[in-house]
Amino acid sequence: MALRKPPTKTEIRRQQAVEVVTYPLDWLEERSGLVGGVKYFLFRNVPRDINWMQTLGSAALTAFIIQAITGSILAMYYVPSAAINPATGNPEAWDSIDNITNHLTMGWLVRGMHRWGASIFIILMFLHMGRVFLFGAYKYPRELNWIIGVLILATGMMEGFTGYLLPWDQTAYWASVVGINLNGTAPFLGPWLAQFLRSGQDITGATLTRFYSLHMLLIPGGLMALIGLHLYLVIRLGVTSPPWSKEAAGEEPVDGSLNGNGRIGLTQPVARGTGGRD
Amino acid sequence: MEPEHQPHDEPHMPAPTIWPIGFAIGIVVALVGLIINPILLTPIGLVIALVFGILWGREATREMRAEPVVVEPERRERTEAPPAVVEADGVTRNNFLAGATLGLGALIGGLITVPIAGFTLLPGFIRQPKTRVDLGPIGNFKLNRWYITTFVSDPAEGAVSRRTAFIRNNGSAPDPNDKTKQVPSFSIISNHCAHLGCPVQANGPADQYIGEAVIHEKTPNGPVIMDPVIPAGYGCPCHGGQYDTEGNRTAGPPTHALDRYDFEIDNGNLVLLSPYSVSHVVGTGATAQIYKYKLAGPGEHIDGPEQILYPIQPPHN
Repeated sequence: MALRKPPTKTEIRRQQAVEVVTYPLDWLEERSGLVGGVKYFLFRNVPRDINWMQTLGSAALTAFIIQAITGSILAMYYVPSAAINPATGNPEAWDSIDNITNHLTMGWLVRGMHRWGASIFIILMFLHMGRVFLFGAYKYPRELNWIIGVLILATGMMEGFTGYLLPWDQTAYWASVVGINLNGTAPFLGPWLAQFLRSGQDITGATLTRFYSLHMLLIPGGLMALIGLHLYLVIRLGVTSPPWSKEAAGEEPVDGSLNGNGRIGLTQPVARGTGGRD
Repeated sequence: MEPEHQPHDEPHMPAPTIWPIGFAIGIVVALVGLIINPILLTPIGLVIALVFGILWGREATREMRAEPVVVEPERRERTEAPPAVVEADGVTRNNFLAGATLGLGALIGGLITVPIAGFTLLPGFIRQPKTRVDLGPIGNFKLNRWYITTFVSDPAEGAVSRRTAFIRNNGSAPDPNDKTKQVPSFSIISNHCAHLGCPVQANGPADQYIGEAVIHEKTPNGPVIMDPVIPAGYGCPCHGGQYDTEGNRTAGPPTHALDRYDFEIDNGNLVLLSPYSVSHVVGTGATAQIYKYKLAGPGEHIDGPEQILYPIQPPHN
């Protein structure tokens, strides 16, 4: 056994510098387990032949985060009121949008990001859905995640529907008339749903405040919960190999891998040729 | 470490110190000094706070700076598992308590939220305002001429409640209650498309192209604009629904004829009342036979087999 040299000054410094970082992390980990949780979330094994198409879900998530951030900024300036501003003769909602677009510094950019980002979010969700479908990634055991994804798509479209009324111009008004009446043609409860959305028999200022509340409180809350569930299942079940994968199913799992947590081998890709490194 | 083994029942915590109290006193002195004597007291307070703060910080980080304290791993004596209590079939104490917790929680939550949600969402469904719009003297409406009439249906709501109706003065018709009397007759057709509620347009020349002026009227409901028109029918710009001049669907996706408004003559003025739905109209003008239904939303079937899909309408005027 070789004698260990006493640590040099540099080594001690380096050790101290490392501890500056590790001490707060250890503190957090000891009390919450969050560090391990984040590691579990981010440093996962994925199939070796993973494909760029499999980043579409993350892209959609990024689009959603941008919507949340730009939406929060817009909500600081937007006024959900149909009352006429006597100074301009326009509804206050429309005036506040005008203010954001034409007078607030960079407001046009934030509103533009929110407006176009909405479409991008929906488009990315559809592309992601197409990828999942074509890769067969919706099959056992991921059926439930497909269902949650469909709910996310529907909730995202509700966001689009409720957000469209907020500029309170002719396009917004008539699009909402048609959209609400479409909901109204659903059998049995449709007329009640339409009346709930309108907050009465006609579209009024109450409809605007109601859509604003739905758009920025209720529906985003549901959307975030669904996204959380979606991600949980992605992490729990792992990522599928592309259908052309040479290492696709049918191989025996590496010996011993089934003794783990029960997930490995069944639902998570088994590390192959990497020495079973986890 | 105490010589004899103590079970680690207490959590590992730093020892209590006096320093934070001194620190707090220093802050208090500094703040009080701001009011009483900022030049003398405040610096004293700040010095106290600083000194005690440093001491407090040193105390709190002593473990970090010194040799690591060796904490014995926590230990629990392994005990024999208590003999499993064999419960009788049915509700165990455990099940009962779990159920009671969930049930009571749901009950209390429900008692709090359901009435609130109910009462706050109710106004959209009850006491909807009755339509009553004064359109001005009936003399404005030339006999048998259609007018694209624009009005504010609810002055409290303002411009967003602007509505349009196609109105024709049919002259007079026998009173349905007393056939010997003649009463004024109007056809008042809503411009809300029976497909999805877009504004249908009159297909035909209007105002200057037929040599008649647009009539502007001021009424208690606000401005009323009457634009004379000779329509060949009505058409919807959104999805192409077409109607004849009586509002019967002739083409496109609408599910029934255009809605109509009830009306009354009040003091020589034409007053618009609540709208109703119409499946179809036979004949024209004063003698037209209108198949009238309770107001239904656009796109909802009011006759035929599909009407069973919309059995109960939410309350509206």
